[in-house]
Amino acid sequence: MSLLEIENLSLTIGEAPILKDIDLSIAAGEVMGLVGESGSGKSMTALTVMKLLPHAARARGRVVFDGIDILAAPEAAMCRLRGDDIGMVFQEPMTALNPVKTIGEQVAEGIRWHTGANRPDAEARARAMLERVGLPEKQFPLTRYPHELSGGQRQRVVIAIACALKPKLLIADEPTTALDVVLQAQILDLLRDLVDENRMSLLLISHDLAVVAEMADRTTIMRHGQVMEAGETARTLTEKVHPYTRRLAEASTHVPARARPADSGAGEALLNVEGVTRDYPIRRASLFSRQQTFRAVDDVSFSLARGQSMALVGRSGCGKSTLARMILALDRPTGGSIRFEGEALEDKTEGELRSARRHMQVVFQDPYGSFNPRHRVERLVAEPLHLLDEKPDRARRRELVAEALDEVGLSAADMEKYPHEFSGGQRQRISIARAVITRPKLIVADEPVSALDVSIRAQILDLFADLNRRLRVAYLFITHDLTVARAITDRVMVMHEGKIVEEGDTHAVFDRPETEAAKALVAAAPDLDRALRMRSARVSGP
Amino acid sequence: MTAYLAKRLAIGLATLFVASLVVFFVLEILPGDPARIMLGMNASPEALTALRTEMGLDRPLALRYLDWLTGMATGDFGRSYTYSSPVIELVAERVAVSLPLAVMALSLSTAIAIPVGIFAAARRGRLSDTLAMGAAQVGVAIPNFWFAMLLVYVFAVGFRLLPAGGFPGWGEGWGGLWQGFKALLLPAVSLALPQAAILARVTRSAMLEVLGEDYIRTARAKGLPRRAVLWRHALRNALIPVLTILGLQFAFLLAGTIIIENVFYLPGLGRLIFQAISQRDLIVVEGVVMLLVASIILVNLLVDVCYAVADPRLRTGR
Repeated sequence: MSLLEIENLSLTIGEAPILKDIDLSIAAGEVMGLVGESGSGKSMTALTVMKLLPHAARARGRVVFDGIDILAAPEAAMCRLRGDDIGMVFQEPMTALNPVKTIGEQVAEGIRWHTGANRPDAEARARAMLERVGLPEKQFPLTRYPHELSGGQRQRVVIAIACALKPKLLIADEPTTALDVVLQAQILDLLRDLVDENRMSLLLISHDLAVVAEMADRTTIMRHGQVMEAGETARTLTEKVHPYTRRLAEASTHVPARARPADSGAGEALLNVEGVTRDYPIRRASLFSRQQTFRAVDDVSFSLARGQSMALVGRSGCGKSTLARMILALDRPTGGSIRFEGEALEDKTEGELRSARRHMQVVFQDPYGSFNPRHRVERLVAEPLHLLDEKPDRARRRELVAEALDEVGLSAADMEKYPHEFSGGQRQRISIARAVITRPKLIVADEPVSALDVSIRAQILDLFADLNRRLRVAYLFITHDLTVARAITDRVMVMHEGKIVEEGDTHAVFDRPETEAAKALVAAAPDLDRALRMRSARVSGP
Repeated sequence: MTAYLAKRLAIGLATLFVASLVVFFVLEILPGDPARIMLGMNASPEALTALRTEMGLDRPLALRYLDWLTGMATGDFGRSYTYSSPVIELVAERVAVSLPLAVMALSLSTAIAIPVGIFAAARRGRLSDTLAMGAAQVGVAIPNFWFAMLLVYVFAVGFRLLPAGGFPGWGEGWGGLWQGFKALLLPAVSLALPQAAILARVTRSAMLEVLGEDYIRTARAKGLPRRAVLWRHALRNALIPVLTILGLQFAFLLAGTIIIENVFYLPGLGRLIFQAISQRDLIVVEGVVMLLVASIILVNLLVDVCYAVADPRLRTGR
């Protein structure tokens, strides 16, 4: 007898069909992985179980949880289930907690609501639960507010809320997607332990096959609102019977074909960073205390050759983006020097920087937020052209935009459109077109594929590899995703607390990390093949 | 929290000082000679000079500013030319009408608007929401003096429940208090209506924005029913814009009520300042404006304190 049984579930929002004939069941104590790309209906399936769907949504079919017909249950019955028998953890820890209530209130609230416990008892239980999720009383008293905690700590609070009453079913919707790999591994461990301790069932929603392979007993794969394949995790992901499963697995481990640049440009450095340091003032504790500083980047030196592809990896907050901003001359170092094509950047005026800016461009993580929605693609892609010494006329400008669009696999006709007419992957192509239009020698890419689905990610990585080969543009790839770093870069730098702690050939560093920081990253990074090997070993073992 | 308050207080005092400079010097450079207005167009030059000496108008500007400032600090706002009584007394009489009127109007509008706004947000898109917001639209559109006359016609002329105008003073004991309250009731209602309409719309949109936040979903996932989520989680987060509007409305209600004061023949601050301006009674204008500036700064300070109480993120004295 399954704890949760979903049969023939269909869902429409207004006229749009969202889910079509979903079947899914979770046994007591089982971990079910729900995998799919964005828009596949994973989250909507979870919200149907909680009956927290948007207003206009209409569900048909059968959803039975622990003998209760969810779709027919009145709101009062659902309120009794939510937070008590079914707990839920969400993707975005930064916004999932009420900013005006203390963490103690927020954890104790559900306990009081469901058990009728008085305040001191509920607070004692909340205390114990926070302790359990790794927030000890000494550093994290109940009176802390969410804004005083980091993303990982906030996600622990959300988990404490969801698990406070030891629910029978825990639904975790992309619980680690917003966290760096080391935090991800810690949070996944915590979830696994809580599930084991309390014999909970877990519905783990993820776009990451490797995460699901590590965690789930069984896996359901969804696409366009339909279940493509479901079964025991190791078998499903190893045999890959369904063509879509195979495509997903291939895309998530995709390595673009790259001509290994046999250090062709060695000796001829494009970028030289020497002893760069960046300090930020910390707010003073009182008016009279001495001004303290926080060292975000600490004595960093490296060089990048023409056409070389280098990864900069590290945990969130380690100083990667600050370093990138200084290389792009968007921020000035406190000490040290940065030379681009032999010229020092740090003491140039904005006007003198123009020629350097032309030769270094940037691609950001979020393909949605980085365009003005009211401009046509033509204008968006043509933006960097003002850096050229000779301003092209309108006809020439359209020619250049068309070339750049062609370069990234879009058509010249696309320049008449607005950004909202494109998908996430296409928008990232537009960002790249904007970056290559001035024929730069260096592109700094800050997590350029982490907002994209795996199949799109594979295509964009191919595009990067292709441009690297054809245009001989050098890359500095900032990422926390080691799979991406491995796929697209020759060399890697591992950054930790503002310092470069390890540098070398990408594969060599990831296969044999030497420093603690690098080892921690490699150990925490989800790896599909490794997870599957371990899983089958466990299954076939004693 | 202390740092936050100290900072707000310092900003308030600085504002007050700048306002005093602006008020004094702007009024000084305006055309019109108070002495001439007091004595009429046919006054002899000798009489004019004598009066100006008596009033201190012949002394240097900076000196007069300093005198005025130190006077105010000790509670001496000068003497009115036209009423020939101390400004502080004139103001005190009028504040006894205007302040209770403002407080009544504001309490009334808040008591109507916030529940209506929350209710409309909770039932977004349904008939009740449409009706409530339609009513708010009408409330904004109706001129308040017209509404005031309507109220007078119904409650004073028709039912004879309340006085049609005038203010008997606060009188003696409970009876006197009741008479004063009755005289201010219709004016307060007519002032409250448009304020309530605006506030209800602000409350609704603030609530709707908050209700779309992730933490509302977290609260629902905890098992709280809609109503509990609304009151415990959404309201406090939606308060910041509501508080801002409340502060602005209170400032308006203190002195911007001249039309309603005229409809009801109330001796309020608005009428005092209007008369003082038309008669070039500069010392009264300066005194009243400074008091208003001070009270608005005080209200803003209160609003800032409320912000910090409502939202812990604001307590760190940015």
